Amino acid sequence: MRTLADLNLGESAVIADVVGDDAISIRLLEMGLLAGEPISLIARAPFGDPIEFEIRGYRLSLRRTEAERVCLEDAT
Amino acid sequence: MPASPSPTPTAPAASARRKTVALIGNPNTGKSTLFNALSGLKARTGNYPGVTVEKKIGRVVWHERKIDLVDLPGTYSLSPRSLDEMVSVDVLLGRQSGVPPVDAVVCIVDASNLERNLYLVSQVLDLGLPTVLILNMIDVAAGKGVTCDAEKLSQRLGIPVVPCEAHRRKNLDAIKAAIAAAVDAPPRLPEQLFPEEFVREVSTLRETVRRVRDRDLPPFLAQRLLLDRGGQLEAELVDHSRAGQELGKELEAARERLAACNCRVPAVEARLRYAWARKTLQDVVTRPQQRAATRSDGIDRLLTHKVGGLIVFAALMFLVFQTIYTWAGPLMEWVEAGQGVVADWVENAIGPGPLRSLLVDGVVAGVGGVLIFLPQICLLFLFLALLEDCGYMARAAFLMDKLMSKLGLSGKSFVPLMSSFACAIPGVMSTRTIENRKDRMVTLLVAPLMSCSARLPVYLLLIGAFIPAATLVEWGEFSLFGGDYWLVRLELPGLVLFAMYCVGVLVAIPVAWILKKTFFKGETPPFVMELPSYKIPSPRVVFDRVYDRGKAFVVRAGTLIFATSIVVWAAGYFPGDHDREDQLTAEIETLEAEREQLEREPEPTDETRARLTALSGEIDTLSEQRNTERGDLIRGSLLGRMGHAIEPAVKPLGWDWRIGMGAIASFPAREVIISTLGTIYSLGGEVDEEDEGLKGAIKSAEWPDGRKVFNVPVALSVMVFFALCAQCAATLMVIKRETNSWRWPLFTFVYMTTLAYLGALLTYQVGRLWL
Repeated sequence: MRTLADLNLGESAVIADVVGDDAISIRLLEMGLLAGEPISLIARAPFGDPIEFEIRGYRLSLRRTEAERVCLEDAT
Repeated sequence: MPASPSPTPTAPAASARRKTVALIGNPNTGKSTLFNALSGLKARTGNYPGVTVEKKIGRVVWHERKIDLVDLPGTYSLSPRSLDEMVSVDVLLGRQSGVPPVDAVVCIVDASNLERNLYLVSQVLDLGLPTVLILNMIDVAAGKGVTCDAEKLSQRLGIPVVPCEAHRRKNLDAIKAAIAAAVDAPPRLPEQLFPEEFVREVSTLRETVRRVRDRDLPPFLAQRLLLDRGGQLEAELVDHSRAGQELGKELEAARERLAACNCRVPAVEARLRYAWARKTLQDVVTRPQQRAATRSDGIDRLLTHKVGGLIVFAALMFLVFQTIYTWAGPLMEWVEAGQGVVADWVENAIGPGPLRSLLVDGVVAGVGGVLIFLPQICLLFLFLALLEDCGYMARAAFLMDKLMSKLGLSGKSFVPLMSSFACAIPGVMSTRTIENRKDRMVTLLVAPLMSCSARLPVYLLLIGAFIPAATLVEWGEFSLFGGDYWLVRLELPGLVLFAMYCVGVLVAIPVAWILKKTFFKGETPPFVMELPSYKIPSPRVVFDRVYDRGKAFVVRAGTLIFATSIVVWAAGYFPGDHDREDQLTAEIETLEAEREQLEREPEPTDETRARLTALSGEIDTLSEQRNTERGDLIRGSLLGRMGHAIEPAVKPLGWDWRIGMGAIASFPAREVIISTLGTIYSLGGEVDEEDEGLKGAIKSAEWPDGRKVFNVPVALSVMVFFALCAQCAATLMVIKRETNSWRWPLFTFVYMTTLAYLGALLTYQVGRLWL
């Protein structure tokens, strides 16, 4: 399954699920990364990590390992 | 949501009591700006016991009524994951010692980003306390084409909603009026977001905790225990005891039951609260259909670019440093000049003796030793506040994160560590922006290893005296305007200076790594960071921050630094018979007064000129005698005795007792070693690192058997020691203040001194073989 880390620059997708139930996943949920929510990749930092996203009208930076926890819906 | 909220009951007589309001909000919402605007700059600060969170209580005055305003740390949620995060929850529940129970909550939100901000609001509303919502940054929202109907939002939420532009201090009266009304309002009945099954599990869990652990948990905390897997409450209550294990089993069972009925923990909370937020904002907030590309997007594309972003970042950091070096220099000279003026004034008012020595060398030097750091602190915080307020700091952390993650830290540690190259004090103080406690502690503990500007005089003195100005590499010679230049030219002194700057960084890397593996072990904390929109920084916000940091340093750390100076002064003064020194001083001053008077004569005769020459000669002779006397006195003082006592310990470093004593005397600040060496070599204490006399004196210093004390390995060993040691009382006191414990400054002192000793030992022993 594709995750947020697999998105291309400027590409948008819809979140399917956030994997895990530890502190990092709780934080991702709190920041509004929920199933059904559209999200797009804005920029990658040097060395490709962390990654900047736009969700719910604001900008969010996630590390690659964090972005990999967020599964995406298949594009239809 | 708690099944039945139990806010603090208000006794009828309680209305006479001073009311307390808590201020809470997401980071980047302008919370501190609003706090300063509401309370002026007169907040009382302190620490909560046992944690590193700063306690900040201000006062709102509305129609002569005074209300206490407690500033809580910026947070995205009320789900405590650490003791530090627990403080906010405890304050709101009235369980925090030292803070009176809260009568109302002021919740500030970013109007341009309401949906996510309402997540925290929804948790705050669960508390059942009267709440005021501050809709801040409506100007930023308008810029993005976002509008918000405050009236409608107020009706939906059932609480007052006040639009505001905190940095322009707009609508403050309306906010104060709303606060004054809220503290007298009755408790609210929160809306129930969670399904019946969940509410039942919360009450069952409360019962279980009461039975198993004998603790009466407020419903809000029982709910948090159920939801926050691996959170602070779970860590506290589910320990290794039998009761803890039993509770843990019950807790897991409850979570499994909830998962079976479509309430999977922790996702259920985010799902319900965000659904609520979206429903609440329906027809309240309007956004442009197609999000227009704003100027912020354009700036962001450049500043977070892989190559361009790094170039801009490097240029900005360079500019900040260059400016601190060029601007702080003259300001620090002013402080020194001011110190000189006051010292002169004291010397004119009081005759030579212990009192004068205490005032001039202890008190005035101690105050100067505190104030001397102010220019660097204020300038650095001026830049940091500008970068923070315009939204750049988060981008700097974004760019540097990968690099810092190799050390187990995050991008947020980069700027504090970078700042420490100017001065570790503002560096340590700026670690406050790192939310994760472990990351913050590691950053703060290695920051003093960065080679700050106070080490420079020590390096310059020793390099100037012992490192030959040999050219190592010369390439690409060309002539310009009659001068000869080289494209590449590497000289030995410059290389040694550069190496000294590298020593600290090279040592900091393993130290940070070890600290991360031992004292501050734990899972990698999330680096989930909001990148706020860019905006023009507000001069007021920037000024408030600089003032706040400067004041914090002078008031909280300054007193301790001052005390250290007095102690070291006393150790250098006592015991000893200062009569001869005082007598010489009195004679010199009489002669100097005469010379000054003669110099003022408009038309000096030959006789006057002859007398002037004679006077200068006498003054020089007496000064020399006094310098010798002072040298003898300091050798016999407690400090000198300590130097002798530790000589066996410092001998393997190639040091004699004089260097050892200088190292002890420089505990208040590294650069003190220069004036101490000046005194000990009988040159007087007024020498600086450029002083040829001092360079000559240390070059000719001898062991009792006639061997020279200083040579290249010894000079390098002293430099390495000063590169790694913690001889800076100010830094240690700031660490004490920031960590709220004596343990960490002590730890810093011990680990740095050990490293410095071992580094100097290695340098000398290896150097002796090669040089």
